[in-house]
Amino acid sequence: MNNNAVEERNKRYGKYVSAVTPTTSFWKSLWNSFWIGGLTCCIGQGIFDLFKLAFPSLSQDILGNITSMTLITVAILFTGLGFYDVIARRGGAGSFLPITGFANAMSSASMEFKTEGLIFGTSVKLFSVVGPVVVNGIVWSTVAGLIHLILFGRV
Amino acid sequence: MSILLTYLSVFGFGGLFCSLAQILIIKTKLTPARILVLFLILGIVLEGLGVYKYIFAIAKAGVSIPIIGFGASLARGSIEMARQVGFLGAFAGGLVRTAYGVGAAIVASYLITLIFSPKSK
Repeated sequence: MNNNAVEERNKRYGKYVSAVTPTTSFWKSLWNSFWIGGLTCCIGQGIFDLFKLAFPSLSQDILGNITSMTLITVAILFTGLGFYDVIARRGGAGSFLPITGFANAMSSASMEFKTEGLIFGTSVKLFSVVGPVVVNGIVWSTVAGLIHLILFGRV
Repeated sequence: MSILLTYLSVFGFGGLFCSLAQILIIKTKLTPARILVLFLILGIVLEGLGVYKYIFAIAKAGVSIPIIGFGASLARGSIEMARQVGFLGAFAGGLVRTAYGVGAAIVASYLITLIFSPKSK
């Protein structure tokens, strides 16, 4: 086959690929990520406000912790039941940027590798997606802590 | 009325951050994992500069539920413990403060793996 024919074939193939790739329009996917992300945050705020009403004596920090623990548990339950995939398919960034996406990434990786055993499958792959977040989070927050210690000293 | 405004603000800010990440997905070749790390570091920087609390005052869960809040929480913990305990505290503080969520996520993921098998795609 000479170069011209190859080029021609590549062009045709490129056209074919772009024809069969599902095209969600830019604005549509933007809107989906906006409302799904916004709604997730509103649910979080709702959980926070409800716990605050029920236990007014708890501190802001503990209430925040309870809120994220609740959201995380629900998201992982949804992952197990197969509901989260439905949300993720439409939500894009709206479904992975909130803490629920973090929980979903963890639990879906751990479920996917269940067949390779609980130690070398589940326990190893649990962090295969969120590992970068945890590692970078610890490294750069430690740096932030040290910088503050050097600049402002001990309390 | 103020409750409605709060929730509108939570919705708006939460949606704004997520659609910013969505723009990055569509317009650049960045993978979701890289975008997560990017927003995480943004949260750490905002907290480190002391700006996060002003954003949180307006956005509430709109900024604390996205991964930015996780980063800010890590940084807050590390900074607080570094200033209370000293050098060693900087290494522990971030984990201590975020351990509730991370612990819940690990335990719940493990349990759910024992109960359910992945859906075939």
